[in-house]
Amino acid sequence: MLDADFFRRWMTAAAASVDREADRLTALDSPIGDADHGSNLRRGFRAVTATLEKEAPDTPGALLQLAGRQLISTVGGASGPLYGTLLRRTGKALGDAPEVGEEQLAGALRAGVEAVMALGGAAPGDKTMIDALVPAVDALGTSFEAASAAAEEGAVATTPLQARKGRASYLGERSIGHQDPGATSSALLIAALVEARR
Amino acid sequence: MKMLINVPETVVADALRGMAAAHPELTVDVENRVIVRRDAPVAGRVALVSGGGSGHEPLHGGFVGPGMLSAACPGEVFTSPVPDQMVRAAAAVDSGAGVLFIVKNYTGDVLNFDMAAELAEDEGIQVAKVLVDDDVAVRDSLYTAGRRGTGATLFVEKIAGAAAEEGQPLERVRSIARQVDESSRSFGVALSASTTPAKGSPTFDLPPGELELGIGIHGEPGRERRPMMTSREIADFSVQAVLDDMEPRNPVLVLVNGMGGTPLLELYGYNAEVQRVLIERGVPVARTLVGNYVTSLDMAGASVTLCQVDEELLRLWDAPVSTPALRWGR
Repeated sequence: MLDADFFRRWMTAAAASVDREADRLTALDSPIGDADHGSNLRRGFRAVTATLEKEAPDTPGALLQLAGRQLISTVGGASGPLYGTLLRRTGKALGDAPEVGEEQLAGALRAGVEAVMALGGAAPGDKTMIDALVPAVDALGTSFEAASAAAEEGAVATTPLQARKGRASYLGERSIGHQDPGATSSALLIAALVEARR
Repeated sequence: MKMLINVPETVVADALRGMAAAHPELTVDVENRVIVRRDAPVAGRVALVSGGGSGHEPLHGGFVGPGMLSAACPGEVFTSPVPDQMVRAAAAVDSGAGVLFIVKNYTGDVLNFDMAAELAEDEGIQVAKVLVDDDVAVRDSLYTAGRRGTGATLFVEKIAGAAAEEGQPLERVRSIARQVDESSRSFGVALSASTTPAKGSPTFDLPPGELELGIGIHGEPGRERRPMMTSREIADFSVQAVLDDMEPRNPVLVLVNGMGGTPLLELYGYNAEVQRVLIERGVPVARTLVGNYVTSLDMAGASVTLCQVDEELLRLWDAPVSTPALRWGR
């Protein structure tokens, strides 16, 4: 079973990973976006961990909702509302249970991903974070490791796609040949699940 | 790349502190990143709130003041502000007559302003929104996030601001703002990429002998790349791109806008070419504004925005305005 402490470790691991990979995310965002994805997410996740140090809600649902609100309040851009909504809606779907099973998490994360798709209007294949998150949620029933591998594969598979959403879409065909920075950071978030269980 | 900064993390806060010192006629909340005209809320008047990423100065903070914006919220460089900032701005300027959010069509700006509108309404503030999407370089919205909001933002903020200043109700101010957006089209070119403080080097690689046609205002590359052209050739191409998308029956406002790294000497020369094309095409010009207004940090280049105006829009354009970056008529 996964308790609130597991979810705190998930957020801490995600923050550390975003911190480590911020320069790579920014570099990916440079040719097709505006070169700030890494620095924006780093700011947001640092705020999340700072908040969780001060106040750690005692249910998984409340913890994720608090983390999501922090991201919305600190990240800005499209990433703030999209990542914020992902965590908030996942947290809401978990309800107020003190512990949840992996299957429940998979279902809740699916609800979170669906909320992101509704908010951003993106579908699989549009070269966005959805291309990492949807395969991850599909594989989450098997194991965290499988979800992480699927997310990473999904992120890499965005390279040949033409962007249809977000700022990269303005480049049309010139967006082809670059891995999507949002899908890449989503893969980091899912990979952090594996770390959180250790 | 050398920049006149301390560290990238404090660029926006440092700029706001300097802006506050230079403009005592504004209230600048550095911590919460909200710039408000000092006499707000103005009783009985609709308030205008706009915002977007930093790096587009003087947009938007430079347009706060009587006759234009009531408040502006700057985000991080090229990153939209967060909903908290927008709600705070709305609460600071709402007199009870309602608030118009002026939103440039970028995914981040749209999502954050949507969230802010919901939160502000929860606080009992009546909110209306207008989306600015004037950039003809983005062709269709089925396969993109839709046209970007660029130079027309200045026209929308000025003209809707004048309507609010003379006491028009929220719904009317919103419909005037929408009319201005629908009557405006832009096209921009880049001669060099911009450099963000976070990255410290140009956001894309543009060799000296080439230019980008159809750029936005976030340092992203444009629609296509070509060998460098003369000012005359660029004006022919840009005005043609705009007129392919609008056939003005009325006179137009012209904005020849620098992207931040092009001097006025070049912008005025470019304007001469833009005016020549408009005369050749039989498009009457009502007013012209030349300068760096909707910029993309230090990007070299320029955009052309045309806005077709009727008598009322022209009267509102000519109405007095008193802001750091736009000031006339009083």
